[in-house]
Amino acid sequence: MDQIPVLELQALGREAQGKLLVADINLAVMPGEVLAITGASGAGKTSLLRLLNRLDEPTWGTVLLDGEDYRHMEVSALRRKVGMLLQQAYLFPGTVAENLRFGPLQQGKHISDDEVDKLLERVGLQGFAGTNVSRISGGEAQRVSLARTLANDPRILLLDEPTSSLDEANRLSVEDLILDVIHHNGMSCVIVTHDLAQAARMADRVLVLEAGRMLKVGSPRKVLHA
Amino acid sequence: MLSQFFPTDLSLGIAQAVIAAIISLLVLLLSYWQRLSMEKEIFIALIRALVQILAVGAVLVFILQGPLWLGVIILLLMMWMAAREAARRVSGIPGAVRVTFYGIFLGSGAVLVVMTFLGVIKWQLESMIPVGSMVISGGMNACALALDRFRGEVESHTGQIEAGLCLGAESEKAVMPYVQKAFRSSLIPRINALRALGIVWIPGLMSGMLLAGSDPVIAALYQFVVMAMIFVASSLSAFISLHLIRRYIFSEADQLLLQSKHQLQK
Repeated sequence: MDQIPVLELQALGREAQGKLLVADINLAVMPGEVLAITGASGAGKTSLLRLLNRLDEPTWGTVLLDGEDYRHMEVSALRRKVGMLLQQAYLFPGTVAENLRFGPLQQGKHISDDEVDKLLERVGLQGFAGTNVSRISGGEAQRVSLARTLANDPRILLLDEPTSSLDEANRLSVEDLILDVIHHNGMSCVIVTHDLAQAARMADRVLVLEAGRMLKVGSPRKVLHA
Repeated sequence: MLSQFFPTDLSLGIAQAVIAAIISLLVLLLSYWQRLSMEKEIFIALIRALVQILAVGAVLVFILQGPLWLGVIILLLMMWMAAREAARRVSGIPGAVRVTFYGIFLGSGAVLVVMTFLGVIKWQLESMIPVGSMVISGGMNACALALDRFRGEVESHTGQIEAGLCLGAESEKAVMPYVQKAFRSSLIPRINALRALGIVWIPGLMSGMLLAGSDPVIAALYQFVVMAMIFVASSLSAFISLHLIRRYIFSEADQLLLQSKHQLQK
C-alpha cells in the first residue's frame, strides 16, 4: 500500500522585496525519512526550510501536511506538529525545565517533573532541570533546544544547520543524538546543512538547491558523488 | 532695570528677547573657540526658535478670541502632528502613524476629555490649548520612546521570538517580554520627573504662574495636577500604541515581518 507523504511541497516558492528566494519546489517527504537540503551559501536552503512550518509565507504553491493544506490549519498547531530547531538554541531566560515547559504551556498543558526528566534523559542532560540556561555550554544549549522541541511531540523535525555553531566533538555527538531521537520516535526530518559529509551521514535523500531552485535530488551516494 | 528704559510691555518683551539672544550667542562663541563647527547650526536653531515662538504668539492672539470648537480642532491637529513625529521612530512599519495616532488620541484625548468634563481644565481656549499641548506632547514622547525601544528589542531578539513561534506560541505571547520592557522604559522618565518635582526642578507652568503673581501653593497644586495628567496620558498612549503595533509587525499567520531584511541576506 502506498504511504501518504508526511510533507508534500507543491510548486512551493517565495519572493521577498523583489528577490526570488525559492522557486517551484515539488517534493514529498515520507514518514521516517531524513531529507537533507544542501547548496551554496544564498541558494535558498533556510528560506525553503522556513516555508515548511509557515514561519515565512509562500508566495506560490503550498505544503500538505499529512495530505492537508497547511494554510487551512491553525498555525500554532501546525508549528507544534512541525518542530523546528534554529541555527542557535535561542533559549529563554530561566531554567532548563522552564524552557522545556514553554511549548506545552502554550496549549495550557503542564508537563510534570518526571516528564521533564525523561526529556532531559533522552538528550543526555540528566539532572539539568533546575540549571539556569546562562550556565550551560553551546552544545548543552542545543540539546536543551532539541528537548524543548520534543516536548511538543512533533511529527516532523526541521533542523537549520543545528550543529554549525558547535565544535567538532559536540557536532558529532549532537548529530548522533538527533539521529537517535528521530529514529526512536519514528519522526521525519528535514535538515539544512552546507556540510556535504553531514548530509551523507544523516540523510536518506539529499536535495541540492541552486539560486532557490532544485538542482538535484536523490540518494546521498547518487547526488553527492555524481 | 530694563523697565525704566522700556515702559510698554511689548518694548520690554523685545528688549528681554534681545538680551536672551545675546547671552545665547556666548554658546556660539564657545563653539567657535572649541572648533565644534556648530556655529551655523546654533545660529539657525536660535533664529528658528524665535521666529516659531513669535509666530505661535501671533496666531494665539487670533485663536484665543475664536470659538471653542476651534480649540478642539487645534488639539486634534496637534495629536496628528505628534503621531507623525512619534511614528518616525518606527518608520518602515506600515501603519505606524495610525498606531501612534490612536495611542495619543485615546491616551491623551481621554485624559483631556475627562479632566475638562470634571472642570479641572477650564472650558476655555486659554486653558485647553496650553494644557492640551503639554498632555499631547507627553503622550508623543512616551509613544516614541516605547516604540523605539520595542523595535530595538524585537530586532535584537528575533531568534528568541521565532523560537517561541516555532514552539507554537502565538505572536502576542512571543513578544510579551519585549512589550513589557518597552512599556517600562517609557514610564521611567515620567516617574523620574514626578520624583524630582519641586526638588530638582520647578516646571515651566508653575514658574510662569509664580512670575504672573499667583499664590505659590495654588501654583504648586495646579502643577501637580498637570504633571499627573501628563503621567497618565503618557502611560496610556505608550500602552495603547505598544499593543497596537504588535499587530503590524506580525502577519495574520503569526510570521514576524520585521525580520524580512535578515532573511534576504541568507
